[in-house]
Amino acid sequence: MHEFSLVMSMLDLAEKTARDDGATRIDAIHLEIGALAGVVPEALEFAFSGARLGTMAEDARLEVDYLPAIAHCGLCDASFELDNRYGVALCPTCGTPSADLRQGRELQLAHLEVV
Amino acid sequence: METKVATRDVRVRAHGTSAGTDMRVVQVQKSLMTHNDGVAAENRTRFARRLVLNIVSSPGSGKTALMERTVRELASDLAIGVVVGDLETDNDAVRLHGAGAPSVQIVTGAVCHLEAEMVARAVDGLDLDDLDVVVIENVGNLVCPAAWDLGEDLRVTMLSVTEGEDKPLKYPRIFKDADAVIINKIDIAEAVGFDRDRALESVRQVTPNAKLFELSARTGEGMAPWLAWLREQRAAKLA
Repeated sequence: MHEFSLVMSMLDLAEKTARDDGATRIDAIHLEIGALAGVVPEALEFAFSGARLGTMAEDARLEVDYLPAIAHCGLCDASFELDNRYGVALCPTCGTPSADLRQGRELQLAHLEVV
Repeated sequence: METKVATRDVRVRAHGTSAGTDMRVVQVQKSLMTHNDGVAAENRTRFARRLVLNIVSSPGSGKTALMERTVRELASDLAIGVVVGDLETDNDAVRLHGAGAPSVQIVTGAVCHLEAEMVARAVDGLDLDDLDVVVIENVGNLVCPAAWDLGEDLRVTMLSVTEGEDKPLKYPRIFKDADAVIINKIDIAEAVGFDRDRALESVRQVTPNAKLFELSARTGEGMAPWLAWLREQRAAKLA
């Protein structure tokens, strides 16, 4: 249940950003979460439902874009999307396992809607 | 590949409204780990030339047993200090102290992973001047610790033969980010019907470049390559 820690970091960052922008309320928080970031959507929702109370984001929507995992094959010099959820990155062209993960770890606060 | 593609757009709880005319969008594009990563960078500066490992595994894989033996066997050439995280008790720090390592226990309460700030506070309890290597023994958990950089040089992910050969497939992120993977308890592999080939295949598919060690922290079998690697990594950091 590390999602609670993530949500606390998210709210700190969101409130600071909103305040610096002169906002008084956060209406929506948009996240980008990579497929291998280890985040469970339901746990994120649960953590947010409690943690947002008393913050500028008390009534905010939480919107999440999930990003697929993308790896790069050095031999073929080509990037490809992983076709499984197990982190196995076999190049579709040559079959070699890749250790070079280019996308999929993201835990990113993308943008806010504020008033 | 620069383009990010959304596979799913999951809307979690629509409570508020953006209908107000004053609504504006503020671009942020910052990692949720920004604060943690900043503290981790400070830790890294503070650790300076000491080699720092972050060891992660399931509960009961043998992290503490591995460190006890590692500390004892390297006692003549490397001084190792340990920061150990658990939800409760300081039992592990007591064990490691008994093995000769200055040790600091982080009791996390309910928190399922270590964060850079916890490590920063704990390191106050170690005299870094006396140490060549700092080992951070994370909370036993293969999910939650993955995203938190603690300021380590190397991430070591361990599984034991009792846990199932497909562990790397079940917990891909923490294996994918491993610099080294240890398979522990090989002394009982036969008794528990451990399929070594299948386990190695899982490790290789998920993390093809990680250094792999198969050992028993209890009997000492297979420890020599692990100890040699630690010496090498320490020398490489000093170079």
